[in-house]
Amino acid sequence: MSEDDDRSPPLDLRCGAAPSINRARNCSGEAVSGSGSSTSSSIPASVPVTVTEYQSQYPDQVLEIVLENVLQFLTSRRDRNAASLVCKSWWRAEALTRSELFIGNCYAVSPDRARGRFRRVRSVVLKGKPRFADFNLMPPDWGAHFGPWVCVLANAYPWLEKVYLKRMSITDDDLALLAESFSGFKELTLVCCEGFGTCGLAFIASKCRQLRVLDLIETEVTDDEVDWISLFPEGETCLESLIFDCVDCAINFEALEKLVARSPFLRKLRLNRHVSIRQLYRLMVRAPQLTHLGTGKYGPSEVAQRQGDTEPDYIAAFAACKSLVCLSGFREITPDYLSAIYPVCANLTSLNFSYATITADQLKPVICNCHKLQIFWALDSICDEGLQAVAATCKELRELRVFPMNAQEDVEGPVSEVGLQAISEGCRKLQSILYFCQRMTNAAVIAMSSNCLELEVFRLCIMGRHRPDHATGEPMDEGFGAIVRNCRKLTRLAVSGLLTDRAFGYIGKYGKLIRTLSVAFAGDSDMGLKYVLEGCPKLQKLEIRDSPFGDAALRSGLHHYYNMRFLWMSSCRLTRQGCQEIAQAMPRLVVEVIRSDDEEETDNYVETLYMYRSLEGPRHDAPKFVTILR
Amino acid sequence: MEALGLNMGFEETELRLGLPGNRVLSEGEGARKRGFSETVDLKLNLSSKDTSEKVKSFQKEKNPLPRATDPPAKPPAKTQVVGWPPVRSFRKNMLGVVQKSSGEESDMAGGNNAAFVKVSMDGAPYLRKVDLRMYNTYQDLYHALGKMFSSFTIGNCGSQGMKDFMNESKLMDLLNGSDYVPTYEDKDGDWMLVGDVPWGMFVESCKRLRIVKGTEAIGLAPRAMEKCKNRR
Repeated sequence: MSEDDDRSPPLDLRCGAAPSINRARNCSGEAVSGSGSSTSSSIPASVPVTVTEYQSQYPDQVLEIVLENVLQFLTSRRDRNAASLVCKSWWRAEALTRSELFIGNCYAVSPDRARGRFRRVRSVVLKGKPRFADFNLMPPDWGAHFGPWVCVLANAYPWLEKVYLKRMSITDDDLALLAESFSGFKELTLVCCEGFGTCGLAFIASKCRQLRVLDLIETEVTDDEVDWISLFPEGETCLESLIFDCVDCAINFEALEKLVARSPFLRKLRLNRHVSIRQLYRLMVRAPQLTHLGTGKYGPSEVAQRQGDTEPDYIAAFAACKSLVCLSGFREITPDYLSAIYPVCANLTSLNFSYATITADQLKPVICNCHKLQIFWALDSICDEGLQAVAATCKELRELRVFPMNAQEDVEGPVSEVGLQAISEGCRKLQSILYFCQRMTNAAVIAMSSNCLELEVFRLCIMGRHRPDHATGEPMDEGFGAIVRNCRKLTRLAVSGLLTDRAFGYIGKYGKLIRTLSVAFAGDSDMGLKYVLEGCPKLQKLEIRDSPFGDAALRSGLHHYYNMRFLWMSSCRLTRQGCQEIAQAMPRLVVEVIRSDDEEETDNYVETLYMYRSLEGPRHDAPKFVTILR
Repeated sequence: MEALGLNMGFEETELRLGLPGNRVLSEGEGARKRGFSETVDLKLNLSSKDTSEKVKSFQKEKNPLPRATDPPAKPPAKTQVVGWPPVRSFRKNMLGVVQKSSGEESDMAGGNNAAFVKVSMDGAPYLRKVDLRMYNTYQDLYHALGKMFSSFTIGNCGSQGMKDFMNESKLMDLLNGSDYVPTYEDKDGDWMLVGDVPWGMFVESCKRLRIVKGTEAIGLAPRAMEKCKNRR
């Protein structure tokens, strides 16, 4: 690792560290490791050793070295957190060897503090806004700016390789700085972000010469009319993954085709809807080694149809992709063309039809071959019948998501308890489900709770608010109660339908592993929230809207709020005084009261409470509509 | 209530003289307080048209909360609530399903008062965007533009060079050279020199900025001045 940089890279402890450390011990017995000072001449000359400010003064050098060598094998951040609490010397060793930094709430810790503790970070995960911001429950410009972070990262970690951002607000300038600051930058993943345009992408494409991954997932990207695709470096690229289906801008196809042709390592490619099916064909021919493919527009263009051009052999193109395991896209679909994917169905482990308005009859011929399918996303246009077909074939299914074609209340829905029941009977290995429907019964939910014992994520969204069991007219308490009681691995739960405090009693009593809970239009009284706050010791993320929980309930969580990442409560029964009490009782909690506009609240109640633990106190970038209570 | 012919179990909506919460509760919790908004809504339940007008961006409709023991009454036609069902607008837009509840569209400009315009510069490979409302004077704008495009300028159009354009006589001098000149497209679609009109007027009328080579901008100067004379 010889960089033309006066700051040499740290010794890479992973490359056969143990033998070289032994060699590196000098005569005085002072150990030389990545954290110590270098004096020994037995160090291989080609490996520069960092002279850091840390000079170990503890006699037990062996322990330090062993620790650092062992710690490098700890990758889980939870394990590392635990290790760092043993004693100061473990804390130090862990801080020096942590290369993947995960920050679940960008306001919980400042960039400087993170930089101060962790010196050798290669990968950063940063999450910003709370999830309900996705549903317009939070005004724009609330915060979560990447700017302050990228400035610090640029100075602190010149060898940074990976950045993963979720729900952050990013500008073109931020991306420019990122692109310029890290010569070895490899992976950029942006999920549910916004604030930048194709300008920013242009910087990344042109300056990150080692780029392997550029994944944009459900991120808003404005069209700056910049041809970013053509700005990738000439010659062979390192690209392994290029996902831009959410970038709703026209693409220079010739440049894209050339890019794919000169990217021999490309495995994942997800196109946007501006790429036609004919263009898709050309790309597939160039890249038969793809494992993950997201099509663009999946149907013939009107022009082609009128001209009566001969169609390329799509079936052959799919057949040639022997490694294909994941298919998605299918925008603006012409269902006749689905038959082209038959050759790959038997190998598919992941199939995403959530943008394809297909019926059960159109789904069946495809799904009946997908025996290995583990992940299936679809629109409810497939109806209960389509779900029955899935249940009949996909015995390996781990994750199911059914999205609504028509996301309104009080309409007839095409999927119901029938589909859920079928899935529960057919897909016994199910781990994660997200199911939008208009009607449901306790019986079907109970059936799922006893059939699918591997469930970790259960998110049921009955779209009609306060809707009871469709068959019995009763609340949905028993169904959700059965889920928490029977599914012993459940960590994430989203409830809906008519629910009384009883349901929350069940959650508090049985949901001992639950980390994330979403509640909307549910419960009768403060008791509901109390049950949860007192009963769920692992609760980290609690998001509640439009439920009758008030100040007394809020108080009942005081013992637990420091263990949580955040609490969101909007349109509940919280008063400002109630929130103030919490702020005063818990100095390390940032208690934000968010209004929808600049006017003072006219109501007695706080519109939105968003509170989170933080080492930094109130943030300085809060907009006018946010009040931070002290 | 009876006069309306409704028999839908609307006891809750009856106006009474007693305090709210003054009724038998199933959970035996004692009288629970009902919020102001709720009592208001109970009244309004009968005429959902009024409530729909009140729903604006980020203001959620506060719903009447039926209790568990009530018979399952068919609820009245509900107005769309912000953020419900929890499907990302991104996903709704992709399908082209036309059903936007009020305030559903996210504002990419980042707030009601932003005035983003595209800025292109001859010879530069990228466009940039600026929010004109972030600046108060032409000086501020030039400074920002100078920083933005400093890596691309070949000539001596740094922020100092741009500041010279404030001065009309200097403008004419520089226009003879090959320096860069900021121009903008106004509401009428005409390309004008930046700096001729008062700042406020400029922000209102500027749709797009383009930094051109000085020699190309010469033809604009007389037009710009004439247009301004006509306006004033």
